[in-house]
Amino acid sequence: MADAAEKIPPDLAALARRIRATVVEMSHHGGAPHLGSALSCVDILVAAYWSYLNVDPTNSQNPLRDRFILSKGHASSALYAVLAERGFFPPARLSDYCRAGSGLSEHMAPGCLPGIEAATGSLGHGLSLGVGLALAGKIQGRGYQVCVVLSDGECNEGSVWEAAMFAAAQSLDNLLVIIDFNRWQATGRSEEILAISPLREKWEAFGWNAVEVDGHDIPSLRKAMSARSFQVKQPRCLVARTIKGRGVSFMEDDNNWHYRIPTEEEVQLARGELGQP
Amino acid sequence: MRNAFAQELTRLAARDDRVVLLMGDIGNRLFNEFRERFPSRFYNCGVAEANMMSVAAGLAMAGLRPVVYTITPFVTARCLEQIRVDVCYHRQPVVIVGVGAGLSYANLGPTHHSCDDIGFLRMLPHMQIVCAADAHETAAGLQAALQQNDPVYLRIGKKGEPLVHAERPELIIGQGIPLQAGEQITILATGNMLPIAQEAAGRLSASGLSTQLVSLHTVKPLDTALLRTCFEEKSLVVTMEEHSLIGGLGAAVAEWLADGPPQRARLLRIGTPDAFLHGAPSQTAARAAWGLDAESVVSRITDFHQQIGEETRSPSGGAPRGRTKNIEKK
Repeated sequence: MADAAEKIPPDLAALARRIRATVVEMSHHGGAPHLGSALSCVDILVAAYWSYLNVDPTNSQNPLRDRFILSKGHASSALYAVLAERGFFPPARLSDYCRAGSGLSEHMAPGCLPGIEAATGSLGHGLSLGVGLALAGKIQGRGYQVCVVLSDGECNEGSVWEAAMFAAAQSLDNLLVIIDFNRWQATGRSEEILAISPLREKWEAFGWNAVEVDGHDIPSLRKAMSARSFQVKQPRCLVARTIKGRGVSFMEDDNNWHYRIPTEEEVQLARGELGQP
Repeated sequence: MRNAFAQELTRLAARDDRVVLLMGDIGNRLFNEFRERFPSRFYNCGVAEANMMSVAAGLAMAGLRPVVYTITPFVTARCLEQIRVDVCYHRQPVVIVGVGAGLSYANLGPTHHSCDDIGFLRMLPHMQIVCAADAHETAAGLQAALQQNDPVYLRIGKKGEPLVHAERPELIIGQGIPLQAGEQITILATGNMLPIAQEAAGRLSASGLSTQLVSLHTVKPLDTALLRTCFEEKSLVVTMEEHSLIGGLGAAVAEWLADGPPQRARLLRIGTPDAFLHGAPSQTAARAAWGLDAESVVSRITDFHQQIGEETRSPSGGAPRGRTKNIEKK
């Protein structure tokens, strides 16, 4: 498998800006909502795909590959754009996003593109799938890692906590959860809708090695993803503090962008802010 | 049936190291041998069936052959969306085993009854549904299920059910097993109603109504070749199941009948009514209360057969062929 380090471009922050611009355009052209949710997790995905995950775009079905699941499936545009940038398929394919009949729906279909490990869209499923993949790695003696990205709103689902307890009981130290903690869900503040706080402590109480990290600081994310505890066999959780709509001033922390679709003019403004000509 | 399941699973796990058992904190000591022999392939997932089902899907995605086991309502309705999205949408070869089919746990109350599970799962694309009639069909059904590349729901009783088959039958998913030949009536029974059906078929034949008996273990996909033959050759086809008339085998056959050309035979569906069973009776008493005991079944089939004979002879010509008729005994 290719060494991930070789693929690291010199400026991941610039790469993330380019991907954000792509995501904004995808929302506009596809008429697809959830733009704020997608922008929120771009830095997490960049850090994962440009350092942590041992994946090879030319051999996407390698049984020994690391597995990545975007459990917050409504942010699929971010993953599609990252996979294209990472070389899993030609970027031209992104123009199919949410285009009728293209096979590239807003919520990922099983095997819709190379690098898509699971279909998500109904919240609260991805972690259990990831637990199954991690457990299979243990049973089969394969050393791959499994990384699952959840949203904070998704932590409303009871199945997330079932999975959390099971993963801890099975000491799945090959499993990493990253929570895109942007403090919003569809219609309100995640801390107000259900009692989600204290989130890091909850995961810790559920038997996980849980730390907080700045979800937009790519070097910090990379460091946190790679930090392994060899003393206690525990699954790991990064509670990544993020801003919904990150990177575009008029979208940041404005929950209208959970559903709003940018106009042509807004796309140009956003591209300008993101340093894209 | 559950002991046969545990034994067969252990036997198959010895031959295939992809077989992994996930269970939902039931079956005290049932899996002792499995656990002892294959500790890395035994997981008690706790009372957390939603997670258990999706974990099974994840295991299957990595190439393993998970078998998920707990009491029927909890391995079906409780985690229906996980089955729908993670197992069926991803088309993963997960074997879902529900113990306590129909009224097996009648005395535990409606939370543990299972007269709707076939209906829930029958709607899901790629799902195959096998209802085992006895210990032999349980073992044969499990083996057949583990050879599939699509999800299978295996619905079994609990323990101590009478044996219908003298020995382990060859069980092919989607093909009924003829057990008794007959000329006038066919009884298609699925799962744990088969012993009652066998008794009924014997009594009917003895009374002069020549009755064919088929174990229609697979509710999905339907054995349409068998259905065509029965409906062409007989005057009455009866479905029997310990499941609601809504959504189960009888419903599946009625749907097939409604969508096809007119048939010679009429359809009588015997199953449970659209109701919760109150009062915590024994399974035997529950069956009697809902007309699922052999005596009630024989009398309903006899009456219905007589009625359609009269309709056919009546001057107005009676009901057109191929119509279905539901009779629910309250």
